[in-house]
Amino acid sequence: MALSAVKVARRLPDLSRVPAVDEVGVNERVARFQTRSIKSSSKVEALKLILSMIDLTTLEGQDTAGKVTQLCQKAIHLHDALPGLPHVAAVCVYPTMVGVAKKALAGHDINIASVATAFPSGMSTLSVKLDDTRMAVAAGATEIDMVISRGAFLSGDYRYVFDEIIAVKKACGDAHLKVILETGELGTLDRVRKASVLAMYAGADFIKTSTGKIQPAATMQVTLVMLQAIRDFYLETGKMVGMKPAGGISTSKLAIHYLVMLKETLGNAWMTPEWFRFGASSLANDVLMQLMKQSTGVYQSPDYFSKD
Amino acid sequence: MPTPENKLAFDGGWEYAPAPESTDHININSRYGLFINGDFVKPSSGRYFDTVNPATEEKLSRIAEANQTDVDKAVAAARNAYKTTWGRMKPGERAKYIYRIARIMQERAREFSVIETLDGGKPIRESRDIDVPLAAAHFFYYAGWADKLDYAFPGRKARSLGVAGQVIPWNFPLLMAAWKIAPALACGNTVVLKPAETTPLTALKLAEVIADAGLPPGVVNIVTGAGPTGAAIVNHPGVDKVAFTGSTNVGRMIQKSLAGSKKKYTLELGGKAANIIFADAAIDQAVEGIVNGIFFNQGHVCCAGSRLLVQESVAEEVIARLKDRMETLIVGNPMDKNTDVGAINSSMQLERIQAYLKVGKTEGEMHQSSGRVPRKGYWCRPTIFTGVSQSSRVVQEEIFGPVLAIQTFRRFDEAISKANNTPYGLSGGIWTDKGSKIFKMTQSIRAGVVWANTFNKFDPTSPFGGYKESGVGREGGLHGLDAYVKLGA
Repeated sequence: MALSAVKVARRLPDLSRVPAVDEVGVNERVARFQTRSIKSSSKVEALKLILSMIDLTTLEGQDTAGKVTQLCQKAIHLHDALPGLPHVAAVCVYPTMVGVAKKALAGHDINIASVATAFPSGMSTLSVKLDDTRMAVAAGATEIDMVISRGAFLSGDYRYVFDEIIAVKKACGDAHLKVILETGELGTLDRVRKASVLAMYAGADFIKTSTGKIQPAATMQVTLVMLQAIRDFYLETGKMVGMKPAGGISTSKLAIHYLVMLKETLGNAWMTPEWFRFGASSLANDVLMQLMKQSTGVYQSPDYFSKD
Repeated sequence: MPTPENKLAFDGGWEYAPAPESTDHININSRYGLFINGDFVKPSSGRYFDTVNPATEEKLSRIAEANQTDVDKAVAAARNAYKTTWGRMKPGERAKYIYRIARIMQERAREFSVIETLDGGKPIRESRDIDVPLAAAHFFYYAGWADKLDYAFPGRKARSLGVAGQVIPWNFPLLMAAWKIAPALACGNTVVLKPAETTPLTALKLAEVIADAGLPPGVVNIVTGAGPTGAAIVNHPGVDKVAFTGSTNVGRMIQKSLAGSKKKYTLELGGKAANIIFADAAIDQAVEGIVNGIFFNQGHVCCAGSRLLVQESVAEEVIARLKDRMETLIVGNPMDKNTDVGAINSSMQLERIQAYLKVGKTEGEMHQSSGRVPRKGYWCRPTIFTGVSQSSRVVQEEIFGPVLAIQTFRRFDEAISKANNTPYGLSGGIWTDKGSKIFKMTQSIRAGVVWANTFNKFDPTSPFGGYKESGVGREGGLHGLDAYVKLGA
């Protein structure tokens, strides 16, 4: 019995072998992505792709069933005045709101993502986190966004963080697991890269930058480092892992820079909602405004776009 | 270890639509005379040569060819300006003119970058973000020194030399003109400058700026032509100082012709820099550094990191990452804002590069980025050679193209020995996460510039120059002043 337990256990990766990250070089590379000029047809294509990659999010203490229902309506009807638009990839809510979202999205091919594991701080016991996860999945969540225990990670207890992710992954069942590193609390890009490796070896389907509750949230720098970790994991294991930058991406221009970075780091295979998401609440309307501008030639007032 | 079947795919999918910089705001005359004594004048030979856009092979303009008579006139004009105006001017007044050049250049930056790219084939992103801003920065920087020479050389009196004869290459046409002209003027000298015959346009535009800035006639003279014109300047008895940037072969000829003369000289010549990557380096950023080291400006860079020395334990990984990165480099129309690698500067240079590719294929394994290049124009895909050694010609000789020779090393001293085993010594690069290793390496590499965890970084305040066959003297920074003054008590 002991032997088979060893056999199924995932092995903690050797984090000392994770390559170093040079922040100056990362900044330079990011600046290069930002000089890419995306125009005309490739811009329209990018904007539509961005819409399809959005996890439309509401994570407020003041969330109500009414608010979540409205958000789900928006997810289905992004802007009916403009035909041919995709719908967003998912709505992202707290576990208690998953049931509401499920009802509102019935019959639509939109995922229901739920944050779990004592989001956003993760300061709770494993059993509470697992219950949180199971509850969300039972209510109908198809994707779980968990947070890692940053305190344990920063104190060097990688084993704890690793085992915790494995346990949550197991509790997810068929639901996809996104692991939030909360890069704003990790402090260095070296730690971002290590945490990414840890999460992927523990079984993450996605790695995600931030809860959105801590500043800085997603930056292109941390996203690049995570994408490079995903690339190395894929080259080594053959397993694709998705990426979700979340928080702070509210303009089309910035989102297009992310797409450029994605394309030039991981290539075409990742350029779909299956492998890349934007965690955002206000990005969708900016993208819609840009798309309307591309089709009509003029910017419309923000009041023409529904705010939910 | 990466498994070979897992591959990233970069072709197809979402593509960037063409984003060409517009050219409707620029004005290139159908022919250009010589800029002598403040005016554009006809060449005494009456002869003109074409300058072409290397990306399209289309003629851009006809350029005057200066002969000995024209060079005599230019030197005489420079001498006269030195004696009557510039050499006697208060340093603070000189500075005002140089600041004015810098400011006008900034105001006309877009025009300069477009013309630089049309004439030379470098990507507009580079001329816009690097060449032109850096050229203006050199004028700003040396303008500041003009009235502070007493502080540059404490306890000694710095006096100007007289007439500086300057010959510059085609890889950074405007920037090299700025490197040469700015310190010469700041120190009180006057100038006769010859731009390269394939890229004369931005130097001629600079002549317009100099005229607009109101510099007294003859302070800066720009004469165009090929090798013989350059030789006429270098050998002219009325020239007090020679500054040359170009090939080591021509540098050698110049040094011979100057032997025994009282002319002061600086030579910036070839290079074959080693970019050294240790196993503990930040690998992704190092790969980026390799790319910037050798594919920047199509590898037409004297300090290019044209040799890669990578520690054996990470060699496979680094080369695999580099190959992937090469697939994302966009080669093509230099006027497109998304282009990473532009056109080779001339058909002659392309032939030279292709000859080396032929040699290299017999010496090691060649890999080039895939993807199409335009049919017209001069193009070379980013290229790497693996399995080559110190005895290979592609390792020893300067190719001056987007061609990288990759070797491995095991130990620290092996890296040093390989890096220094070259007749050149212009630059070098070190990639490691360990500070102590950086210091040890920089002290051991015999090169004028050694970059740590970066490559091809330039700043007017930083001196630049070579060891061994890479040249004599320093340009840039405080050291760059020394080349344009004589020091007395």
